[in-house]
Amino acid sequence: MILRLLVVTFAVLCGIGASDGPTKTLRFAAQGGLNSLDPYALNETFSQGTLANVMEGLIKRDENLKIVPGLAERWEQLDAKHWRFHLRRGVRFHDGAPFTADDVVFSAERARGPNSQIRGRIPADAQVVKVDDYTVDFILTAPNPILNYEWETWLIFSKSWAEANGAVHVQPASATALNPSALKANGTGPFMIASHEPGTRTVFKRNPNWWGKTQHNLSDVVLQAIPADATRVAALLSGDLDLIDPVPVQDVERIRQSEIADALVKPELRTMFLNMDSFRDELLYSNVKGKNPFKDARVRKALYQAIDIETIKTKIMRGMSQPTPLMISPLLFPLAGEFHRWPYDVTSARHLMAEAGYADGFELGMDCPNDRYVNDEEICQAVAAMLSRIGVRVKLNVMPKAKYFEKIGPKRYDSSFNLLGWTPSSLESYGVLTNTVRCRDAEGRGGTFNFGGYCNPHIDALLNSILVEDDMAKRNELIAEAFRLLHHDVGTIPLHQQSLAWGVSRKINVLQRADNQVRFEKIWMQ
Amino acid sequence: MLAFAIRRLFEALMVMLAVALIAFALFRYVGDPVNQMVGQDATLADRAELRRHLGLDDPVIVQFGRFVSHAVRFDFGISYQLKQSVTGMIAERFPATFELALAAALFAVVFGIPMGVYTGIYRDSWLSKVFLTVSLIGISLPTFLIGILLIYLFAVKLGWFSSFGRGEVITVGFWRTGLLTISGLKALVLPAITLGLFQMTLITRLVRAEMLEVLRTDYIKFARARGLSDRAINFGHALRNTLVPVITIIGLQLGLIIAFAIITESVFQWPGMGLMFIQAVQNADIPVMAAYLLLVAFLFVLINLIVDLVYVRIDPRIRIYSKGTG
Repeated sequence: MILRLLVVTFAVLCGIGASDGPTKTLRFAAQGGLNSLDPYALNETFSQGTLANVMEGLIKRDENLKIVPGLAERWEQLDAKHWRFHLRRGVRFHDGAPFTADDVVFSAERARGPNSQIRGRIPADAQVVKVDDYTVDFILTAPNPILNYEWETWLIFSKSWAEANGAVHVQPASATALNPSALKANGTGPFMIASHEPGTRTVFKRNPNWWGKTQHNLSDVVLQAIPADATRVAALLSGDLDLIDPVPVQDVERIRQSEIADALVKPELRTMFLNMDSFRDELLYSNVKGKNPFKDARVRKALYQAIDIETIKTKIMRGMSQPTPLMISPLLFPLAGEFHRWPYDVTSARHLMAEAGYADGFELGMDCPNDRYVNDEEICQAVAAMLSRIGVRVKLNVMPKAKYFEKIGPKRYDSSFNLLGWTPSSLESYGVLTNTVRCRDAEGRGGTFNFGGYCNPHIDALLNSILVEDDMAKRNELIAEAFRLLHHDVGTIPLHQQSLAWGVSRKINVLQRADNQVRFEKIWMQ
Repeated sequence: MLAFAIRRLFEALMVMLAVALIAFALFRYVGDPVNQMVGQDATLADRAELRRHLGLDDPVIVQFGRFVSHAVRFDFGISYQLKQSVTGMIAERFPATFELALAAALFAVVFGIPMGVYTGIYRDSWLSKVFLTVSLIGISLPTFLIGILLIYLFAVKLGWFSSFGRGEVITVGFWRTGLLTISGLKALVLPAITLGLFQMTLITRLVRAEMLEVLRTDYIKFARARGLSDRAINFGHALRNTLVPVITIIGLQLGLIIAFAIITESVFQWPGMGLMFIQAVQNADIPVMAAYLLLVAFLFVLINLIVDLVYVRIDPRIRIYSKGTG
């Protein structure tokens, strides 16, 4: 027994020097790890973005999030409801099987099949038709100009592999054991899975047969989960890691001063905003009885103008936020330039409050998470202090995200005033507006994630036309009109786009994407 | 003796049942696990379906009954987040926590007892003052701060030890050990010190107080009068008589170390049960939390039992007493 241990120990110690060629291992740590390796099982940016190194979609996006060809070489719209995709030839999956139209048709069925969490990627009533081995048609029932916007993370499965590995359907989220297939992955991407411990550690290795032009020099990537911020930063500074995501804002300066590491900062796509309950007839957690002050647009605007967004930016976000008048990142909306925030102006805010009949202000309960967004609790504290200047006495109720979303979320909507961040998963405005601004009922039918319950029938009508408008210019104009209505009526209070911050070793070159997805294929290591 | 053990086992069972019941009553307040399991765009119908499937809509007492009836078969269900059997997860994580706790306890004993003896004998030497100052720091600084300070000093500044994780591990049977590789041992040093520092100061101070007490007693004076060597008096007679309370404390503290390695494990990202628990709390992963709490209750009961049995062996007076009454 002891002899065997010694032999094993010896083998391990020697094994370090025994690999062939220069190994360049990227050591990457994030807040969480990957659980299932099935990209249809959880619609969440980190999992999807990381698995996009292993599997690929028909399209890709470049570092500026512009759509570029992926597994489809090119595509055209035969008419408003008929798209044709020409697939890349000569692509093989990791197991050697060739990539063909059958795989696309299969993946479309799987993505819309039972238990899939990514059903929204492809319209439920669209027909996916194989024309020949390298051509696939998508026949829609209604025009959809943004059909392929989310397809970078509609990752294509190999039909034969899925059938052989019992992965034809997605496992239900309530499954009692991870399918063996959920611990493996077979894609066409530049990296393959070498080993996977759910939630803890995943090792990727280079795919030598990748179809694309290799722009990286990594042999392996080790992804580890390190939820504790201080530990993640210390590990980067001590040289134990090459890439960490995210860096807490207060540590950015410290990392920049280090000789071995640097911090990369860029505005993220997620928009932070405040919801005011204008749904209920009587405001909860307030001393105003029998009516709801937030039904009056003047009160909503007063709150908006009482918030000093620049102070939040400089003092709380340490410069790492982009104040915004819109519910979407300006990167994703071409007409964003015409919008400006209502100015910070306490005097006119007090004036508005007096006009609405609340010259003495009122009590207001505010809900806030403390482990979900960058400095979420601090932002809420600052907002509470700022609102006291117009007489709104905020009782702040801070809680962890698991509690928070249960309280303020669908069915209960038990909140008068709350902070929310929304990432446009479709990378355009419609998804944001329909989820967070569209009218809803008390049960959450309609704009389910409209946590303030703000309702404007004009905006809803515009949304319905946006959904089917095929002309991009007209579509953008409709979206701008919806944003104008929202802005003037102050349906929500947009705050800022928070920044994403990565800590990187000075040994590596990496391109940072605004959607916070890490692409190993663009990392160069000295 | 047998009756004693059986009675204790029965008590253990009751304690664990009580812990499980209290835990279940509290789980209603940890938040919504479903929100942590689906993406932001999941529809209401999907969420409701998942809740129903997990049995979260059932009354607490039904959920509790289901949990207990499975738990007696060592089936603690499936982690909501990782979709693995909780029993398997604990078996996988336990070695990491156990090795860390053992190393911490060893550190505490190996340094704590000699320091206690030394400060007890040479009360006024400057070294004693240094020891006592160090032990004051160990008692007053919170664990996470000590951990961060050690990481900053020895990993970031000096680069001697790794800042997180367990290093390379080797699997021996079902046990994954970090004790057999150099990187594993190096990774163990800082977390073991962090976790053991408080226990070390506790032992130092306890041994010191006991030594001061014992050194004043008559039999020590007689021993000196007989002309025994200092060494024989201090270690052969004085130290041995201080050991009963020290063993009690070490035993109970070992339970504490295992149960509350949570903070150290999260600072050092040590892949043990504490880290697993803290992640489970953040995601409202109820099966993992329930199993962990039950395991901790079991460990405490077990350690108490062992300490009781060891007592009986060490101190003849307890044996006589228990014979007299039982």
